[in-house]
Amino acid sequence: MLDFSILTEYFPLYLEGFLNTIKASVLALIGSFLLGTVIAIFRISGVKLLQWFGTAYVEFIRNIPILIVVLFFSWGLPSIGVKLDGFAAGTLGLTVYTSAFIAEAIRAGIQSVPKGQSEAARSAGMTYIQTMIHVILPQAIKLVIPPLSNQFINLIKNSSVLTIVAGLDLMYFSDKISSETYVIFSTYIFAAMFYLVLTLPMSYGASVLERKWAKNS
Amino acid sequence: MKNQKRYNVKKLAMLLACMVAIVTVLGACSVTKPTSSSTASSNALLDQIKERDKLIVGVKYDTKLFGLKNPSTGDVEGFDIDIAYALAKSILGDASKVEFKEVTSKTRIPMLNNGDIDMVIATMTITDERKKEVDFSDVYFQAGQSLLVKKGSPIKGIEDVTADTTVLASKGATSIKNIEEKVPGVKVLEFDNYQDAFNALKAGKGDALTTDDAILYGMSAQDPGYEVVGKPFTDEPYGIAVKKGETKVVEAINKALTDMKADKSYNEIYKKWIGKEPTT
Amino acid sequence: MDFIGAYSPDNLRFLMEGLKITLFVAFIAIILSFVIGCIVGTIRYAKVPILSPILMVIVEVLRNLPLLLIILFVQFGLPEIGIKMTITFGAIVALTAFEASMISEIVRAGLTSVPKGQVEAARSSGLTQMQTLWHIVLPQGLRKMVPPLVSQFISLLKDTSLAVIISLAELVHNAQIIMGQNSNYPIPILLLIAVIYFVINYALSLISKRLETKTA
Repeated sequence: MLDFSILTEYFPLYLEGFLNTIKASVLALIGSFLLGTVIAIFRISGVKLLQWFGTAYVEFIRNIPILIVVLFFSWGLPSIGVKLDGFAAGTLGLTVYTSAFIAEAIRAGIQSVPKGQSEAARSAGMTYIQTMIHVILPQAIKLVIPPLSNQFINLIKNSSVLTIVAGLDLMYFSDKISSETYVIFSTYIFAAMFYLVLTLPMSYGASVLERKWAKNS
Repeated sequence: MKNQKRYNVKKLAMLLACMVAIVTVLGACSVTKPTSSSTASSNALLDQIKERDKLIVGVKYDTKLFGLKNPSTGDVEGFDIDIAYALAKSILGDASKVEFKEVTSKTRIPMLNNGDIDMVIATMTITDERKKEVDFSDVYFQAGQSLLVKKGSPIKGIEDVTADTTVLASKGATSIKNIEEKVPGVKVLEFDNYQDAFNALKAGKGDALTTDDAILYGMSAQDPGYEVVGKPFTDEPYGIAVKKGETKVVEAINKALTDMKADKSYNEIYKKWIGKEPTT
Repeated sequence: MDFIGAYSPDNLRFLMEGLKITLFVAFIAIILSFVIGCIVGTIRYAKVPILSPILMVIVEVLRNLPLLLIILFVQFGLPEIGIKMTITFGAIVALTAFEASMISEIVRAGLTSVPKGQVEAARSSGLTQMQTLWHIVLPQGLRKMVPPLVSQFISLLKDTSLAVIISLAELVHNAQIIMGQNSNYPIPILLLIAVIYFVINYALSLISKRLETKTA
């Protein structure tokens, strides 16, 4: 049933895709963390317009398929003259999509820090931004890490949509191998192995983190 | 906490061990890939088609002129589609006895091999690689690289292209290499996609645009001020693909194609979509 | 950008046809994955020997793989070992397999969250294991499961779009065909289908919030 010659013969292609999948996921994680933090701060800023924008952003993006976000970068933007290659369009799409989920996690983290602390910091003469950076965010981050690690696993899985926009990821090369060799069953089983090597240990890591956190709190 | 962690590591190890075991078992069962093709009886599919009294054809839904789904009517339209109707008429005696299923370049061979479709008519170039997987009919459309120019241009074919001509092309396409081989020193401007290249031609940034003529015909259909000139200077023969070993179906298709060419109905279809008589 | 041309009655009708397929496939997959997910989650909660560890391996593998890979595998990999299905059926099977494994985890977590003391008390007052599960654990666990279940259903509806890769004629597929007709259509069409998904999913999440406050 399994044709191991696929794995040996096409290992370099699998590897290239594997590395690109990691690259896209890491870049998107960093990007969506930054973007998500900004959106989370918008939502709790107390400034009506920013709050409204932050909420609209999160609710809209969370409720549409990631494919639409990726298609927007790969097909929508070029139609008005902004050109991106498949990898860039896919990674940007992943970033925007994931940022909405991360913004929610960060907002929940920030709001779990007791109000008294920020009031104390403000009355001790710190500005809003100083309070955020020195008092709130360090505590919030700890709370955010378990959901963030889950988002990273989702990112790796979601990065497979890059294949639809020719994004050179693991899924893309697996498709390429299967359409070159016409050996489909084995090709996808090996692709699954590559994904699981990444996601299984991480999802165990995440569940350990979660349990540890649940015990500590 | 420590116990918890050890437990988790154990669980993970067990899971990985299970996976390795499954893969090994699957591998152990691995006989060589069954070559169902060689054993298939060459009559089976044709009989099946006749019994079902319908032809199931894999076509593209997104390719201008060849197979394009029309949202207004819900029908698929194009050169490939009309060829399919003609085949149904020849094999089953009624042009309407055909059902279309959408294929993409990626799905067409798996769908053919799975038996989801009887044949693929989807701008599919006959190559030696593909011949190992499927059987092809005779060439039903001779595509090849060609030139698109503004009507009335002095360029009437590849022989008029010189080192002073500016040719527009799409990035990364083999067409650039081909034209540089044909006309050493020719100036080539590369664009990200065909639409941009066409816009550049309209804006007068070059004298001609080069790529697969099938795509060029789509452009001249969009804007009749432009035409495809000369004979194709490379070879992209499109064939109808059938599951390997189904020789009777291939014979039936080839007979239909020959008859269509003899009674000129092929020329009508060609003219309807491509806008001119086939160059033979 | 050409909003008027993109939103022509014919195009809208064509998109609605796609939406029907999306909703049909999602609806069937939601029901199937809910039923299977509940059964699998309960078996794993009850630690049924042999069955439970086997299910664990299947669930862990499925939920740690990209759904896209599962869809392609079901549609084009399985026929190589003699399992063939139509595109609609294949999409439903792949979605169900993936989402059921997610739902089984939600169910298991919900059941586990019911305090052990209650289970012990029920057992010592003479209830069988099944009775305890049915009368004590499930009613309490279900309440906790509602919000994550609804968000999983929303995910499922969104994930249906991935079946575009096997040419299932759902919403995104039909959108792509329209976008291919004219280079001024992509942005208006993408916006429209995004809004369609948003409206359906946002409504679902509001219903879930309503349920949450009612049961709490």
